[in-house]
Amino acid sequence: MGNIRKSYGSNITTLGSTNDKIVLLEGDLADSTMSDLFEAKFPDRHFQIGIAEQNMVGIAAGLALEGKIPFVNSFAAFIAMRACEQVRTDIAYPNLNVKLVVSHAGLSAGSAGPSHHSIEDIGIMRSIPNMTVLCPGDEEEMKQVLEASIAIDGPVYIRMSAMDCPNIYTSKNKFNIGKATILREGSDITLVSTGTMMNEAMQVSDLLDKQHGISSEVLQMASIKPFDIDSISHSIRRTGKIVTIEEHNIIGGLGSAVSEVVAEIGTGKIIRIGINDHFTDTVGTPEFLLEHEFLTTNAILKKVLKFLET
Amino acid sequence: MREFERLENITKEARYLIIKTLIDSGMGHPGGSLSSVEILTALFFKIMNINPEDPGLNDRDRFIMSKGHGCLGLSTILNLRGFLSDKELASFRKNGGSLSAHVDMKKMPGVDMSTGSLGHGLSVGVGRALSAKINKQNHKVYVLMGDGETQEGSIWEAAMSAAHYNLDNLVGIVDRNKVQQCGNTEEIMSLEPYFDKWTAFNWDVKEIDGHDINQVVSALSQDNQESKPKLILCNTVKGKGVSFMEGDNKWHGGGAIKEFAKEAMQEVKLESK
Repeated sequence: MGNIRKSYGSNITTLGSTNDKIVLLEGDLADSTMSDLFEAKFPDRHFQIGIAEQNMVGIAAGLALEGKIPFVNSFAAFIAMRACEQVRTDIAYPNLNVKLVVSHAGLSAGSAGPSHHSIEDIGIMRSIPNMTVLCPGDEEEMKQVLEASIAIDGPVYIRMSAMDCPNIYTSKNKFNIGKATILREGSDITLVSTGTMMNEAMQVSDLLDKQHGISSEVLQMASIKPFDIDSISHSIRRTGKIVTIEEHNIIGGLGSAVSEVVAEIGTGKIIRIGINDHFTDTVGTPEFLLEHEFLTTNAILKKVLKFLET
Repeated sequence: MREFERLENITKEARYLIIKTLIDSGMGHPGGSLSSVEILTALFFKIMNINPEDPGLNDRDRFIMSKGHGCLGLSTILNLRGFLSDKELASFRKNGGSLSAHVDMKKMPGVDMSTGSLGHGLSVGVGRALSAKINKQNHKVYVLMGDGETQEGSIWEAAMSAAHYNLDNLVGIVDRNKVQQCGNTEEIMSLEPYFDKWTAFNWDVKEIDGHDINQVVSALSQDNQESKPKLILCNTVKGKGVSFMEGDNKWHGGGAIKEFAKEAMQEVKLESK
């Protein structure tokens, strides 16, 4: 099993040794976001801002205006919501080169509860002009997402799960901003995932094939914005049916982004699988909560099979 | 000409231009623009190392107008200093114009952050000052705040971090005109003891008369106490220079100017015009 945060910690430290413009800001959560490796290696380029996310984002704006490449680390909920206006007005509006790398996305904060969950952030972030929104699904994809984010001059929101996850992406897969990764080609149905739901999508695809003889295409959309409209259109024109799978509210996230494409091209049927617009009403580990929200392989498979009957 | 008179004349021209532009556009924020005139005059005409010919100069002093609604006043100062043309100033809040009610650094050379939503500017100033420390640069970062906007919690987050990082290259200035949109600050949400609040946040605080150009220049000229950010608490009068606007929150915004245009112009008219 891998961990996206671990990938972030080690890869940002590697990138930091060749690019001295990179500075890290964190709000008393370095051990949770795993940016502490960078702090140990580059103490002069690491700034502890304390528990003050609005200030942290504003400081990042100031550093970016002076030519630095600030990486802001915190939990998704606290950047996308607590500091939302600073992100929008101080980073996105002036189009500054700030990278917001946030952890504990979706339900991955587990028993910390809904205050620490983040099921709204994709919707919030993708509606902000100038913002690039990326949701990698495993360690290798995180590495490539990170490298791609540094290659562009502008604000980027990178959403990380805190959970351990299987590594699916290999160095043969190439992540590009604005492009889908076609993990598997198929003809009967399209499964679209983002973040760590990439794993569930692949498992569902395996079971569809082995147990039911159904051929599915799997698109991993780590790039939520810009969004690869062409790949989605191309796939749905061939399969006619598309399923979105995300650890996010079905309103505003991947499901909405794909629905917009389907509506605009005027062909194909869609179902959105995610969190059905409610705060979780129970307590438990991330795995337990995903099961509770029917976001496990078997629960998703059932929905897909039912959809195929329509 | 004595330096005092030179600066005093600029403040007169600025007040005239503020009212002229306000009448012309029909909208703006005269109260907080008129209260900041001496502060902005001292910064742009005496204190800051800046060059209108090269607004992005690497070693220039940085200026952030955290009270972004003071854009009317700032625009007139930028015009007088050569950063904005007469045509640009004349477009203030007009359809298709380049200047809105709030500061846009991309349209206003000489300004180092876009502002408008209150309580944001000091954090950005902290970021710029931190960068100067990392790069071992010697310029200063000036952030002008309104007193009302310091009701925002983010100001105090920023104040805490500036002191924590010993930012003695950062100068905060508060235009303490004591009036905000809906009334007096002490009635809306009291700020006092204000001097003590900044002192408690470990800033080096100086309190002055913000309409005495000599006091403003003198306070801004002094170096920061070592390892401390400096706060200049400028006691001012909202609407300063137009008697019926002074201290009246009705003139926070200037929607009523059409009705009072003649009277306002009479109070700020220049002998030469």
